[in-house]
Amino acid sequence: MSLQPASTEFAARAKSVIDEYKGLEGPLLPILHGLQEEFGYVPGESVPIIAETLNLSRAEVHGVITFYHDYRSHPAGRHALKVCRAEACQSMGGDAIAAQLIQALGIGFHETAADNSVTLEPVFCLGMCACAPAAMLDGEPIGRIDAEKIEEIVAEVRS
Amino acid sequence: MGLVHEIDYGTPASRSDKQVTLTVDGFSVTVPEGTSIMRASMEAGIQVPKLCATDMVDAFGSCRLCLVEIEGRAGTPASCTTPVAPGMVVHTQTSRLKDIRKGVMELYISDHPLDCLTCAANGDCELQDMAGAVGLRDVRYGYEGDNHVRAKNDGAANFKWMPKDESNPYFTYDPSKCIVCSRCVRACEEVQGTFALTIEGRGFDSRVSPGAHQLFLDSECVSCGACVQACPTATLTEKSVIEIGQPEHSVVTTCAYCGVGCSFKAEMRGEELVRMVPYKDGKANRGHSCVKGRFAYGYATHKDRILKPMIREKITDPWREVSWEEALTYTANEFRRIQYQYGRAAVGGITSSRCTNEETYLVQKLIRQGFGNNNVDTCARVCHSPTGYGLGQTFGTSAGTQDFDSVEHSDVIVVIGANPASAHPVFASRMKKRIRQGAKLIVIDPRRTEMVKSAHIEAEYHLALKPGTNVAVMTALAHVIVTEGIYDEAFIRERCDWSEFEDWAAFVAEPQNSPEAIEALCGVPAETIRGAARLYARGGNGAIYYGLGVTEHSQGSTTVMAIANLAMATGNIGREGVGVNPLRGQNNVQGSCDMGSFPHELPGYRHISGDAVREIYESLWGVKLDNEPGLRIPNMLDAAVEGTFKGLYVQGEDILQSDPDTKHVAAGLAAMECVVVHDLFLNETANYAHVFLPGSTFLEKDGTFTNAERRINRVRRVMSPKNGYADWEVTQMMAQAMGVDWNYQHPAEIMDEIAKTTPSFAGVSYDYLEKMGSVQWPCNEKAPEGTPIMHIDGFVRGKGKFIRTEYVATDEKTGPRFPLLLTTGRILSQYNVGAQTRRTDNVVWHEEDRLEIHPHDAENRGLRDGDWVRIQSRAGETTLRALITDRVSPGVVYTTFHHPNTQANVVTTDFSDWATNCPEYKVTAVQVAPSNGPSDWQVEYDEQARQSRRITLEAAE
Repeated sequence: MSLQPASTEFAARAKSVIDEYKGLEGPLLPILHGLQEEFGYVPGESVPIIAETLNLSRAEVHGVITFYHDYRSHPAGRHALKVCRAEACQSMGGDAIAAQLIQALGIGFHETAADNSVTLEPVFCLGMCACAPAAMLDGEPIGRIDAEKIEEIVAEVRS
Repeated sequence: MGLVHEIDYGTPASRSDKQVTLTVDGFSVTVPEGTSIMRASMEAGIQVPKLCATDMVDAFGSCRLCLVEIEGRAGTPASCTTPVAPGMVVHTQTSRLKDIRKGVMELYISDHPLDCLTCAANGDCELQDMAGAVGLRDVRYGYEGDNHVRAKNDGAANFKWMPKDESNPYFTYDPSKCIVCSRCVRACEEVQGTFALTIEGRGFDSRVSPGAHQLFLDSECVSCGACVQACPTATLTEKSVIEIGQPEHSVVTTCAYCGVGCSFKAEMRGEELVRMVPYKDGKANRGHSCVKGRFAYGYATHKDRILKPMIREKITDPWREVSWEEALTYTANEFRRIQYQYGRAAVGGITSSRCTNEETYLVQKLIRQGFGNNNVDTCARVCHSPTGYGLGQTFGTSAGTQDFDSVEHSDVIVVIGANPASAHPVFASRMKKRIRQGAKLIVIDPRRTEMVKSAHIEAEYHLALKPGTNVAVMTALAHVIVTEGIYDEAFIRERCDWSEFEDWAAFVAEPQNSPEAIEALCGVPAETIRGAARLYARGGNGAIYYGLGVTEHSQGSTTVMAIANLAMATGNIGREGVGVNPLRGQNNVQGSCDMGSFPHELPGYRHISGDAVREIYESLWGVKLDNEPGLRIPNMLDAAVEGTFKGLYVQGEDILQSDPDTKHVAAGLAAMECVVVHDLFLNETANYAHVFLPGSTFLEKDGTFTNAERRINRVRRVMSPKNGYADWEVTQMMAQAMGVDWNYQHPAEIMDEIAKTTPSFAGVSYDYLEKMGSVQWPCNEKAPEGTPIMHIDGFVRGKGKFIRTEYVATDEKTGPRFPLLLTTGRILSQYNVGAQTRRTDNVVWHEEDRLEIHPHDAENRGLRDGDWVRIQSRAGETTLRALITDRVSPGVVYTTFHHPNTQANVVTTDFSDWATNCPEYKVTAVQVAPSNGPSDWQVEYDEQARQSRRITLEAAE
């Protein structure tokens, strides 16, 4: 991970997000969410700034960021597609759906399309087991995915 | 002999007074409430298999190996996280447990390299031991599939594999051997308090990460070694063990770096030192260490060590190697000649705070008995002599009042003019642990040190005062305590002289001593001073720890007295968790002071003018002692320049580099006719020496060191002296050459003489130390087991004495020519003049002295980070590279003095403490300007040093 000193402009943006949440009880996760919202990912350069503000070590901040798959270390594509890979979805044909999505989008998990249109991410349970197999596109849940819905998803991200 | 095996109880001891009895595998065990089942079992001698537990850190419960069954309870709880309960019946081995453990071990081993025979931990691997303990015979999962072990899987790169990190000079991190037990992470957090390690990722992706996935060297790691000690496998291993192999015997000894006095096991193979491991029974360090004591011992075998005596007629001559006999005869003859020619007082000596008590005692004895004068002084002159004076005046003893354990009971910790995180790292870790538990911290220091703010540590108040205004600030704190009526009247009436208190209280209450009045002077906001005073007075147990930032001033003694006043006024003396504690700089500076190293004091701080005290030594030594104090170091140098002082014996101290105003020291030394340097290396002082006697390291001799808590710790010989003789033997041979009849066979006999003649050491002997481990003086009939905390029922001097502390500004003032204030200090990885640490791999952390300067002052001068700058004072100038940081306030610059080519002390002046002559290192008015390179003085000095280190080679036969 890059630990280059942050540029002044970047530091100011990061700082304003951090300042917004630092007063909360347990401020680290809200700060990381805020940064991801601001930048589209959690930039490595923000680690020392968070550590300094919350009086933590850089290692501790890094440990938290890497524990949660939801925090990205690189910017995502314009769309983010999360496909559930957990047991309930698997039992309802999730493996095949995942394979078809990979085929249709031309990218693997944790990858972003060359045209930056979409990032594909595995997720372990969206809490939609009753509507398995499930996925989430840009925060919108999609249930009972089948070939038709795959087409719709592809059309949406390519548009 | 053999290795000292310390029992690992798995979880820390409980402090509860209440006892609980339970049954483990049919044995009845009684332990304090709150003890884990794992620890209770170990107390009964039953070792429950474990991997993630070790008694230096709290229980974690992640490895699932230490499961037990408890009658009447469901399931298989982890014995490390389950506390004992009365009447509990525990089974540590059942068929169910056996199956679970075997299954767990199978999983561990399925992702572990099977290179046990060639592994560095072979013979010292808990994973291996546990595989044996659970009877692992087969790994049903095989070794294929996802793993962290192999760089390639079937020819394709394995992204889970990480290469070995060898960036740290002393240990390696091999992720392929890691079982992710988190012991290293927890040791770094709980024991050391640096929080440099974490577990990154989750599940099978979890790995130990230094910093944010960095190399160890680039992370926040301070290389204390706690993680290496905690690691159950070869993942974190000392490079020395990788190179040499496992040790076969160990000797418990005491570290020779700072005043904390950590106990270590020197783990040996033959006469080769394999590694130093902190000793859990060491009462100063409790099993912890820092980068210096743990790893920086390489100087002992460095090629620069001089192993043969050398002499030369003139300091411009090259050195000539000679026999011990010739060197000692020459020295004796020279000293006798000088005394005949210039008078008995024309010679003297300097004892070393680096050497043992016994060696120090012998050097002062040689001077008093052999030279027949009191011209003996020690480097404590330049560090803690004001402590001796100030605490002696107010409390009646010249030492700290507490043991280090006391900090575990403090509620408010005040750190004044000290940076324990750099200079006393092991104690800093203990202090930080207490602060993380909730104790409040007040820091009084011109710099924003690591203590002010670092991970999980933040000072409640930081009084970033202007260097030189200590007394004003301390008196202002007292002003608040007195005028707001938050002093402890009952304590003062009982323990102190009330009328003296009233006089002092009237003085501090004067309006010119109020925080508002001195705000402009010291630069600390009045409200901060008031807040700090209230917190210290009312926050519970208040403990003061201070360092050389207090003493090394023209008013050093006054500040020490002001500190003592504060402690007495608030009743913070005489019990656990409180007190006044100087953090002594060197391993045995306490001991060297105790041993009569000052010109006015015989051992045990008894004034030389006391007839009864002199009588003790006169009858034992068979000589008449001079009843007048002799010369202090600065007086010796002055006298040398005047031509009345001509010969000096310096044991283990580099006065040229460490004493202030280098040019004056050089002139004094150059004016002498016989300078004898007894040291490991040709140090800077040796450039002016006529005789060089090779010294021995702490690994090569027996003796004792006394640390900052007055603890007398044994130093034990682990290898034979490379130079042939331990330092005490050299001093004895020198005394014999001068015709003094000494015949000590072992340092134990010297200690017996010390005990016989010094009341505070009366109960100390090597046999007793062997039995007790260590003991804190006073140790005598009144306190047979030593004295962890002093002044419990009353002050040693009777009534505590309040003394007025009038602030008198130093004559060293800033002005248009010298607008900045320079203050000096240490850094973690280097030690003092650096003679030892510069000769170890510690240089990777600090290869040169840098000048810390605030961005504002740097910008004014057009300086960028890393630029060469000239720093100039009234005394001299030198050059070094700038480090731009806001750790220092505007108007203040800071540097270290570890490197002779910088020679920060060329710049420091010869102002000194009014009472004790302790030099004013901490305040020098300077100007800083860009520079192109070394100053003229540096170039000349370099050349002179090079010339004076020449050694004549014997003609080839």
